[in-house]
Amino acid sequence: MTDVGRHPKITLHTLSEVVDVKGYVGNFHVNILKRARYVDEKECTACGDCATVCPVVRPDEFNLGLSSRRAIFTPFPQAVPSSYVINVNECLGHNPVVCAKCIEACDKDCIDFHMSDKEIVEDVGSIVVATGLEVYDPTELDEYAYARFENVLTSLEFERLINAGGPTEGEVLRPTDLQRPRSVGFVQCVGSRSAKKGGTYCSNVCCMNTIKSTLMLKEHYPDIDIKVFYIDIRAFGKGFEDLYMRSRRSGVHYLRALPGTVEEDPDKGLKVSIENTATGKLETHQLDMLVLALGIKPASSTQRLQEMLGLQLTPDGFFLEAHPKLLPVDAATRGVFYAGCAEGPKDIKESVTQASAAAARAIRLMHRGEITTEPITSMVVEEHCKSCGKCAEVCPYNAIKVDVKRKTPAVVNTAACAGCGTCAAECPFGAIIMNHFTDEQILNQVHALLEQTPKEKILAFACNWCSYAGADYAGVSRLQYPPNVRLIRTMCSGRVDEKFIWDGFLKGAPVILVSGCHIGDCHYIDANHWTEKRIKKIHKKMSKLGIRPERLQLEWISAAEGVRFAKVMQRMEVLREGVTLEEIAETIEILKG
Amino acid sequence: MEANVLIKETENVDEKIRIGVYVCHCGLNIAQTVDCPRVAETASLLDDVTISKDIGYACSEPGQQQIKDDILEHGLDRVVVASCSPRLHEPTFRKMLQSAGINPYLLEMANLREQCSWVHMNEPDAATHKAEDLVKMAVSRIRLLQPLQEDTLPLIKRTLVIGGGVAGIQAALDLADNGYDVVLVEKRPAIGGVMAQLDKTFPTMDCSI
Repeated sequence: MTDVGRHPKITLHTLSEVVDVKGYVGNFHVNILKRARYVDEKECTACGDCATVCPVVRPDEFNLGLSSRRAIFTPFPQAVPSSYVINVNECLGHNPVVCAKCIEACDKDCIDFHMSDKEIVEDVGSIVVATGLEVYDPTELDEYAYARFENVLTSLEFERLINAGGPTEGEVLRPTDLQRPRSVGFVQCVGSRSAKKGGTYCSNVCCMNTIKSTLMLKEHYPDIDIKVFYIDIRAFGKGFEDLYMRSRRSGVHYLRALPGTVEEDPDKGLKVSIENTATGKLETHQLDMLVLALGIKPASSTQRLQEMLGLQLTPDGFFLEAHPKLLPVDAATRGVFYAGCAEGPKDIKESVTQASAAAARAIRLMHRGEITTEPITSMVVEEHCKSCGKCAEVCPYNAIKVDVKRKTPAVVNTAACAGCGTCAAECPFGAIIMNHFTDEQILNQVHALLEQTPKEKILAFACNWCSYAGADYAGVSRLQYPPNVRLIRTMCSGRVDEKFIWDGFLKGAPVILVSGCHIGDCHYIDANHWTEKRIKKIHKKMSKLGIRPERLQLEWISAAEGVRFAKVMQRMEVLREGVTLEEIAETIEILKG
Repeated sequence: MEANVLIKETENVDEKIRIGVYVCHCGLNIAQTVDCPRVAETASLLDDVTISKDIGYACSEPGQQQIKDDILEHGLDRVVVASCSPRLHEPTFRKMLQSAGINPYLLEMANLREQCSWVHMNEPDAATHKAEDLVKMAVSRIRLLQPLQEDTLPLIKRTLVIGGGVAGIQAALDLADNGYDVVLVEKRPAIGGVMAQLDKTFPTMDCSI
């Protein structure tokens, strides 16, 4: 940590959050909100004189409320930056009449109540997302009585108790009587591997964390009685099984059961009832203290960042990597990489490994000092352009300029164009060519698939980033769905032109699906809004013409929703079966006329 | 593996589009469900297809070499690879085309694995039929593909690291030690994250700070 503070190449912004990201790989424009510290970070020597005179006492978050701090404080002794900070909501105010004791106490005049929040702008070429985790809140699991009994602790609270730098200086004491517990129980999988509450996934670190805690306890107090209540012990890493065996050898009891109820005695001891699945018997265990091994949840900032950077999430809420095996630290958005628990629960070693990998991937991208752009961009055919301005209106990147008054043809800035193709789909005059996804190229695919027995087939358009990836995910998961689906890939669902749909129906398609990223998840900022609008428009026209609108479906399928993809395909097949040859013939007649 | 090779003699070699189609077995991943030789045979009958083959592993070194050799020998100017998802190997095959002197954008892939053999495992006939259609669609598309040129843009040699826990710290230090400027953003007053709150850490049982 201190290396970061000292490093000449690292600019550290604490109390800061990213509030907006614009631009693209190689040239991201980042807005950061830096909250006021009210203490000069560079001048403060962390002497602590200010805190001794501060009259405001509050629970210390770093020790999870097991100790107290003042309104001016340092989060922990080794904190980087080594500077105090004022929680301005707790401070009595900077009116010197009211308090201002800290200002008087500070010899170096580091405290400045006139500091204000700042918006900082940074330009960067790549981004590493390392937003970490949050721990599960066990209050909803009432059977473990965390909110009711003081001697039920979380694993993180226990960490602070056994830590030499913690509130009890490493002495493990019961919160109720500040006596050393003679027996401690650990409950595993709290908020993990449960279909009912918390996450369904394994949080990866809690088994080993508990094993470590039992070893620490036995080292401190060899006579202490320890019981671990578990479903499975997952000691899969290098050296992990050794630690587990050491724990068992040291006399820790491992019981294959999770507590059904926890009750409190008059002397604040805990009665833990279990059904021991090894013996099949109901047992009650008397313990002085119970520790809940908390699971890992995605950080609360995950969703906001996901929207800002156009990233994807797994159903569990963690960030989704570009490929689970071959690109495990890359995001699908070029220039963005993941490190640590932001991507999924992991321990310190794995986090460090992934962070180094993310750094190496970022360096690989940046070392040449230039990037090659995708040539899949749009192009204006000047002689067809009527300067109506529609393309500029729909472009999510403001990459198209049209002078509507002077009637000069539209111009595409290819460096800013990301290649969604929405402009080409929306141009009423066919004046925009979307390179590599031209009308003719896509129509050729439509015709090829509907050439023979069109009645039997399902024509589906899928965007590259979400729905096509969702279809791939269905494949990786070996989910089976009707084999008559034929997918056409476009970069964005925004590319799906009205004429592709009409042409499909004209060539005898019984049903057509357009699929893309969920609203808010679009890889091209908000291009899929135009998809939605367009499909609504086509649905209206279909009704007017006397074609059943149900035959055209719009579905949002994310890259992680393989199951959803397969289900949608099954639904499409049911729809298709409901379309008769007569209906198709009738539609063709209508569209010909 | 004996590959089924079908070569058509075409006239006016210089003017016609010359497409090579490669149907990958991917070991048994595709071949177990899809009749790859049959798909290659059907594709050989399509317009502008000069050569159509089934191939053990298209992405392997010998697989790529075989395609490259064909490009030179038969004067192919476009290649359809019917194998896995383009999201996986499109870059691989684009590089291969480039090294054989063809514009990398004159490649089209048909997804016979993730979107065919793996999702219709119990219906080999229907899967084979679908594979034929997917290859036909790819051929119809590749006929109209145009060579495209990549452009280069300047890049800022600087990284934003969001989050100052153990992962953010490690990434920032690795980048900075390699000479790159790093902006590290942490929402709390100090870096360290959850790691700083832990006592000893497994498996080494040493201090976390």
